[in-house]
Amino acid sequence: MARQPDGPPPPPTVQKLRLRYTKRGPLRFASHRDLARALERALRRAQVPMAFSAGFSPHPKISYMGAAPTGAASEAEYVEIGLAVRCDPEAVRVALDASLPPGIDVLECVEAAEGTGGLAERLDGTRWRVDLADVDPAELSAAVQALLAAEIAMVAKRTKNGTKDVDVRAALVSASVGAEPGRAILHVVVRQVTPTVRPDDVLAALAAVADLHPPVPPRAVREAQGRLDGTGEVHDPLEPDREAGSRCQGEPQPV
Amino acid sequence: MTVESLYPRLEPLLAQVQKPIQYVGGELNAQTKPWDDVAVHWALMYPDAYEVGLPNQGLMILYEVLNERPDALAERTYAVWPDLAALMREHGVGQFTLENHRPVRDFDVLGVSFATELGYTNLLEALDLAGVPLHAVDRDETHPVVVAGGHAAFNPEPVADFVDCAVLGDGEQVVGDITDVVAAWKDAGRPGGRTELLARLARVEGVYVPQFYAVSYLPDGTIEAFTRTRDDVPAQVAKRTVMDLDEWPYPKQPLVPLAESVHERMSVEIFRGCTRGCRFCQAGMITRPVRERTITGIGSMVDQGLKATGYQEVGLLSLSSADHSEIGQLAKELADRYEGTNTGLSLPSTRVDAFNVTLANELSRNGRRSGLTFAPEGGSERIRRVINKTVSKDDLVRTVTTAYANGWRQVKLYFMCGLPTETDEDVLEIAELATEVIRAGREASGSKDIRCTVSIGGFVPKPHTPFQWASQASAETIDHRLRVLREAINADRRLGRSIGIRYHDGKPGIIEGLLSRGDRRVGRVIERVWRDGGHFDGWSEHFSYDRWVAAAADELAPFGVDLDWYTTRERGQHEVLPWDHLESGLDKEWLWDDWQDAISEEEVADCRWTPCYDCGVCPTMGTEIQIGPTGRSLIPLAVVGAGPRPQVDVDVDAAVPDPVHTH
Repeated sequence: MARQPDGPPPPPTVQKLRLRYTKRGPLRFASHRDLARALERALRRAQVPMAFSAGFSPHPKISYMGAAPTGAASEAEYVEIGLAVRCDPEAVRVALDASLPPGIDVLECVEAAEGTGGLAERLDGTRWRVDLADVDPAELSAAVQALLAAEIAMVAKRTKNGTKDVDVRAALVSASVGAEPGRAILHVVVRQVTPTVRPDDVLAALAAVADLHPPVPPRAVREAQGRLDGTGEVHDPLEPDREAGSRCQGEPQPV
Repeated sequence: MTVESLYPRLEPLLAQVQKPIQYVGGELNAQTKPWDDVAVHWALMYPDAYEVGLPNQGLMILYEVLNERPDALAERTYAVWPDLAALMREHGVGQFTLENHRPVRDFDVLGVSFATELGYTNLLEALDLAGVPLHAVDRDETHPVVVAGGHAAFNPEPVADFVDCAVLGDGEQVVGDITDVVAAWKDAGRPGGRTELLARLARVEGVYVPQFYAVSYLPDGTIEAFTRTRDDVPAQVAKRTVMDLDEWPYPKQPLVPLAESVHERMSVEIFRGCTRGCRFCQAGMITRPVRERTITGIGSMVDQGLKATGYQEVGLLSLSSADHSEIGQLAKELADRYEGTNTGLSLPSTRVDAFNVTLANELSRNGRRSGLTFAPEGGSERIRRVINKTVSKDDLVRTVTTAYANGWRQVKLYFMCGLPTETDEDVLEIAELATEVIRAGREASGSKDIRCTVSIGGFVPKPHTPFQWASQASAETIDHRLRVLREAINADRRLGRSIGIRYHDGKPGIIEGLLSRGDRRVGRVIERVWRDGGHFDGWSEHFSYDRWVAAAADELAPFGVDLDWYTTRERGQHEVLPWDHLESGLDKEWLWDDWQDAISEEEVADCRWTPCYDCGVCPTMGTEIQIGPTGRSLIPLAVVGAGPRPQVDVDVDAAVPDPVHTH
């Protein structure tokens, strides 16, 4: 029989917290694995009473979801953590934010409300902003119109299991163009599909349909991530938890 | 003077390279200071990839020691991978530091730590990317002083043309002395230019300035003599030794990268030096005497380091950690202290000794018992006497069997081949040993689910060791012995599946041998290899044996020597060795006698527990053995309990009572 750890099993999860955090500045070059490591160490430094899995190599209960790609900045990354001791969500947010490097900023922390469903299911769309330096907004606008007019826009994507074709057009919910001095701004809302369509896939599609080739590597930032409604808007995924939380304000916390 | 940040020009390039996070800095506990606030600016480099260099303990220590000085700052730089290096050249972006992306070219001192000689080509690449002339004699007073340190600096002759100084021994104090010299010289208006600065540095104890020493050669290619070219520099340069490690509790705040590194843990150095006397071991020879950190000093470093990093594992580092005079108590008290906190404790290097199994059991009492590593080094009892790492075959089998019986599933055994006097038979005994270990282990543990991994590499003779005169085994010899060993292990399929073998072929070892025992003429080979595209020689996907062989043939021919002359040739007793003017404190006559004892298979005992055997270090260096026990013990910390104490407020109606909530 396999050797079992001595002593009692680890304490169970008594509270789940959902956090929104950023990936700003130079830390946009962090991969999702880099972020996971940083977060786990910060939780330890902040002495957040994490719940752990059982066994010889216990892992803290953390669910990562929908990570932005390496090189893309984000204002809306989400993670869910399980605690062994109930804590004030705002106090956790402040302590964790102080323990994380500048650029990974914890913006919100709410308690997961019972019966409102999983967080991952609420992350079905992203609003991206892509800065294209030295690109003429009119040229970008024409390219975007061409892409929106196309029925399909297949792009070859490198995945773990080799190259895979994905239809960017099908995942594209909306796209528009803005202008700033010296640059064009691409605003897109993309539906969560498998494999994920990322900003560089959208740019690859623009290159394919309209021969658009930015002279400088574009800079993408995820502005929002959440539920897509019928009109193509992206809604705050923590709203159901927040609403449920305010309803039971003043009442004893569920055990 | 304002120094521009290269980041705005670097950033667009980072979008096009692998693992860009390694170039942005921002690690936890990284330090930044305003440029104009200090007199002396140090760039510290580990000449390998970030993931290897960042965890380096030596660099982290000097980084903190220098940054604690009000008149100095230190930033870090690492080898840049070829994908980014190509883009940097294309866009004119120089080698940069991580803290503020300042150009390395603008620093006063570039300190490079050489744990291995295979980093030499990366030094040239970094100098070239930085815009610093490769050759020390071509630099002027606006260029950084290039200082080599680390174990390889005990024979810096192969890089003598490229470095301005080499520092021998412990760095903690000498970096301060160098800072003082540079600050005074700058403050006085740089009198005498770069030559005067180097002359002043050459008078700092432990600092060797190669350009002030001329080498002459005999007709047979051997060295005739080293001669000083100025009489105000020392004829012999002696290493530095830090006494009382408790006064140097560094690193206090270990760096924690965002990127993955080779060691996902923090380390605390529990002692420095080793007098076991293993004849192959350069580290053990050049770091004498043994200086222990006290149990309480170690306890507070572990505590502070964990708080500062959030790491889950602490390695208790040294050349032979189980030899610390308070190790048993330390293991027990640390395990007590961190019980229930999901904090792992480990001893990275272990001798073959039953006591080590006890220690490992204690340190892992709450965790997984996955793998345990022992280093018998030599395959047969005979060869273990030659290398002075004596353990009988029975003891070895008994120790490993004890490990299996205690629940350890996997045992890794480290060996070398190509040792002096070695024959095929010595190496073949490894197969017998592994077989016996598995057989006895299955019996003792009652399980077939145990594994033994044999890890084996070619031996490279190193300077300042009794084997510095030895003939290095050829790559063909190494490869032949590895082949017969693999065949022998695979012969018995019933057990062979439980035995794994990991090995390195003999070729990289030959190049390491050339660089380890090379002299100044080898510098031309290094430069040629780098010019032909060689770098990252510690990485098999970048290392090219053929490129080194071709460069050595071309560049050494005018001197009448060749690759074999530096590697497989046995040296004579009276030959002048390239490092004879650099003192590790070891008496050359004692080293020669120990070499003769090795050949006649005579052992020497450890001077910590038996009388002094006159290796020469303590009297030459004015040092002494510093060991305990101190009689002190670790008091439990406030945080001991069933979990880390929440820093955040806990709800009063908590479903699970907070076991450490005492008020």
